[in-house]
Amino acid sequence: MSPPTTGDPQERARAAAEQTARASYGRLVAVLAAPTRDLQLAEDALAGAFELALRTWPWKGVPTNPEGWLLTVARNRQRDVWKSAAARAWAPLEAAADFGRDASDPFDEVDPDAIPERRLALLFVCAHPAIDEGIRTPLMLQTVLGFEAAQIAAAYAVPAPAMAQRLVRTKRRIKDARISFVVPDRTVMTERLPAVLEAVYGCTAIAAQEVGRVSVEASLAHEAQYLAVTLAALLDDEPEAWGLAALVTLLLARRSAAEPDRFVPLDEQDPARWDTELLAEGEAYLRRASRGGGAGRFRLEAATQAVHADRARTGTTDWGALRTLYDALLAVAPTLGLLVARAAVAGRLDGPAAGLAALPDPGADFQPYWATRAHLLAQAGDPAAAHEAYDRAIELTDDIAVRTYLQSQRTRLTPLRIDRYPASRRRARQN
Amino acid sequence: MRYTLLMHYPEETTESGGADVIEEGQRAFASYAATLHEAGVLLSAEVLQPSTSSTTLRMFDGSLRVQDGPYADTKEQLGGTFVIDVEDLDAAIDWARQAPPVWWGAVEVRPGATHVVDGRWLPNA
Repeated sequence: MSPPTTGDPQERARAAAEQTARASYGRLVAVLAAPTRDLQLAEDALAGAFELALRTWPWKGVPTNPEGWLLTVARNRQRDVWKSAAARAWAPLEAAADFGRDASDPFDEVDPDAIPERRLALLFVCAHPAIDEGIRTPLMLQTVLGFEAAQIAAAYAVPAPAMAQRLVRTKRRIKDARISFVVPDRTVMTERLPAVLEAVYGCTAIAAQEVGRVSVEASLAHEAQYLAVTLAALLDDEPEAWGLAALVTLLLARRSAAEPDRFVPLDEQDPARWDTELLAEGEAYLRRASRGGGAGRFRLEAATQAVHADRARTGTTDWGALRTLYDALLAVAPTLGLLVARAAVAGRLDGPAAGLAALPDPGADFQPYWATRAHLLAQAGDPAAAHEAYDRAIELTDDIAVRTYLQSQRTRLTPLRIDRYPASRRRARQN
Repeated sequence: MRYTLLMHYPEETTESGGADVIEEGQRAFASYAATLHEAGVLLSAEVLQPSTSSTTLRMFDGSLRVQDGPYADTKEQLGGTFVIDVEDLDAAIDWARQAPPVWWGAVEVRPGATHVVDGRWLPNA
């Protein structure tokens, strides 16, 4: 959203503050927190600066450098807190000499006119090996993208106070154990990068659940995509980071077409509804990723998405190319979900019997397995077994849109021949 | 910044593990301490006697109970501590991953809060 040039100064100030918040929240938090590693203080100080902006910009006018203005105000707030901490005696021990060292003000190095880029370091802090894996993505959502604990809690379907407490505890840990805001050097990078990519990908996975519930424009999905692209740009030449950027951009291109509360499987989607600009952007990132050697998980996953996206141009899906990519993916990152997806492709290429044969040994509670199995059984002309598999797939999903879709698929099955149904199950059905 | 590396590992005696195992452990600790010292990060190190020689005190219903044995009766016991002074947690983890007990048990990296120098409490920095 760009600020209107005319109109109510209150509105103009709000729009300017919002725009700055969207574009530079993580940048400012990273710069503010880096010298002291105190993320909570940095966030509080920045929140205070935004509040002051909303109060003063309407009558003073929006400053020429809103980012620099916010940074200066936030720094002063940090310094106030820091000084008052220095004034306090450190009970019950003797007065702590630590806070008294005025000579080295940790905020002195911050020049509001030349805001350094510390976001990459912040991402590495969030996905540090000493930070619990489960909190890395929420921490990124909060500190880099500026989402509130309550919003993150809602996305994870956990109580807000519990999420807020975990985030506060993690931030305290970063400060107390002294996890430094540094980008690891080349030798350590290979070891540390996967966790960062995984956590950023986690942001997009959480975002995917948001679609349908909120308007796509305002959703987390765009913010998560922006984060993935930012990460790739900051790292500059990491093929997997560009692969991740490509993957989430291509996914977002299709998600933009999603209708709320209605699930349409990928191969039944109308390509005309996809966002062509985002598709082109994603494909450009994928080309960038392909410049590097070797094919990692994200690059291969992005390539599978590009195959689907290609249908917008060619009108058909190259299932053979998909199978090749799935095989390559299985070699680098084998998962049950991947095996199921490959079986579905085998069903396309070699017929439903081959698909069923390729299905992995079931995880009894693995929903995609049952949904794929139901689909393949229906095609193989076994409506009774398909019905049963649909039942299980429907039972296992929390997503109302998916459930509705599966139920409609189930009703489309060839009418059941009751005599093919075991008596015990017939009784169960009547309940 | 001061970090204490707490070494937890199953206790071996000459009877249970053999003299060779004990000697090898001692050599590993000695060379680890030498490495830390040469890097200028080692403040102190102490390897403890087996927990069988430990005595634990606590108040129970208002009276002091002195007990034969360690605080926690677990398979892995606190066997030693190394105090190092390094820049940040990453540096501390880099040293901790080289500690011999990583192979036998677990090494806990704990930042210090405060410590005494010449009878005065000083905060960690």
